[in-house]
Amino acid sequence: MTDLIRLSAAELAEKIHSREVSAVEVAQAHLDRIEAVDGSADGPGVHAFLHVASEAALESASLVDASLAVGTAPASPLAGVPLALKDVFTTIDMPTTAGSKILEGWRPPYDATLTARLRAAGVTILGKTNMDEFAMGSSTEYSAYGATHNPWDLTRVPGGSGGGSAAALAAFEAPLSIGTDTGGSIRQPAAFTGTVGVKPTYGGVSRYGLIACASSLDQGGPCARTVLDAALLHEVIGGHDPLDSTSIDAPVPAVVAAAREGANGDLSGLRVGVVREMGGEGYQPGVRASFDGALRQLEKLGAEIVEVSCPHFEYGLAAYYLILPSEVSSNLARFDAMRYGLRVDEGASAEAVMAATREAGFGPEVKRRIILGTYALSSGYYDAYYGQAQKVRTLISRDFAAAFAQADVLVSPTTPTTAFPIGDKVDDPLAMYLNDLATIPTNLAGTAGMSVPSGLADGLPVGLQIMAPALGEAVMYRVAAAYESTREPLVAPEVKA
Amino acid sequence: MSSRDQISRDEVAHLAKLSRLAVTDAELDLFAGQLDVILGAVARVGEVAADDIPPTSHAVPLQNVFRPDELRPGLSQEQALSGAPASEDGRFRVPQILGEEQ
Repeated sequence: MTDLIRLSAAELAEKIHSREVSAVEVAQAHLDRIEAVDGSADGPGVHAFLHVASEAALESASLVDASLAVGTAPASPLAGVPLALKDVFTTIDMPTTAGSKILEGWRPPYDATLTARLRAAGVTILGKTNMDEFAMGSSTEYSAYGATHNPWDLTRVPGGSGGGSAAALAAFEAPLSIGTDTGGSIRQPAAFTGTVGVKPTYGGVSRYGLIACASSLDQGGPCARTVLDAALLHEVIGGHDPLDSTSIDAPVPAVVAAAREGANGDLSGLRVGVVREMGGEGYQPGVRASFDGALRQLEKLGAEIVEVSCPHFEYGLAAYYLILPSEVSSNLARFDAMRYGLRVDEGASAEAVMAATREAGFGPEVKRRIILGTYALSSGYYDAYYGQAQKVRTLISRDFAAAFAQADVLVSPTTPTTAFPIGDKVDDPLAMYLNDLATIPTNLAGTAGMSVPSGLADGLPVGLQIMAPALGEAVMYRVAAAYESTREPLVAPEVKA
Repeated sequence: MSSRDQISRDEVAHLAKLSRLAVTDAELDLFAGQLDVILGAVARVGEVAADDIPPTSHAVPLQNVFRPDELRPGLSQEQALSGAPASEDGRFRVPQILGEEQ
């Protein structure tokens, strides 16, 4: 029998829907794989999962099988296909922690819209994946539940914040996963693990039930090992949601058709913009070489390479680390020890209990960002920091608009480096922040971006970032699928847990 | 902007209090140094000439979003209290909120 865990989601769906294999067999194969390679926080292994929902997964899969057995059409193109869900989306039947001690053991009383859509589509949710606490971090080391290990080299980070979701794909624990991208948390882990990760246009996927980091930047999106799989998942989770007032009331871009079209490998007439300010100094030589190779491939496919300039991108990181902490300091005020989550009963007043609980429940990166945001919003500093950062945000959007007038998509390396060793940057916040240099502008502008594997540098995966205008996902997927068709998939070495 | 004052340990302590974080002395020492480095880096936004540029709080232009004012199912009292650290008589039970002097 074919090794089910090595198949793509599209291949699995075909086998399940034609009843060549059952959804239960597929779910069981992935649960067995998780059992074999995931290990635990203390032991060896990938540690991609914080919670494995074996029983619920098999139950959900058996419902898909039963429905297919009586001749009912599959609920979606992904019915019966397993998925790993980032532990930042609420799930009524599983704990939801956002990687934080302050939510340890919390059982949400409602499903996120994204969770509900996955269930309605018949997708098998295998469990919840590890992440940097409240999605703040670029290595998954800031999880309160131990680091996730990169399947390519277990001594290295898988990126973050969605390191669990990316590592689960690379280790063949799941063919699909969900991430969230506030400054690169889908794309950077995808680059570090040799997988595909998409940050949709802001408002393209509902944030209802997504535990907020920075509300004006957060965006859930699909992760997979192939471009077509990401597109299939994108269409399942995307679309307007009346429960999220920032959700875009427009049809989901036709990304599946675009991915299929792109797979033909013809990009003639398409203009690909290289951003002059991205990919030079500070980028690892192997990353630059991989990027140059990708450009040559795109040219071979018929694309015209044009150089564009985005002069304000170099201020993106600075603007982001003012805007994000400001929103964080406000959003995380909800963890007040009164209504849900941890309570540390120290002190007689509510204020003392709140302060003791937040001290015990939050990790160092979350505290740093709350304090930084409180500072940036203080009277006296507001104009120079938060106000100025918002103006820079406008200029970055204008840079994008000018660039997209000259090119259909923009490209850059996804990250300045490949995956770094665990422990390398954990005590140096600014060095950690630099990981997101190339991904942050897209979040500030609310546009779309994705990372696809572009090869290896010194044995570690490198990602090619493709960026598109708001709601321009179709052209982005087309380019990604065309590029993907030119190279062999990256397959991580067998994990020895 | 380049002559920005260093953030002091006392300032970090004050911000932590405003943020309801009972940080330890060791954390104050650590955070003060780290935040100073981070602030030095983010202060670069001040180099951009942007006096006449409108601020963006939200990348996607949005008008007020309304929905019909009609009854919809919500959480039951039991569901809403299901994660509460303490509850009593169908309500959240909280520590003393007002000080004696108030």
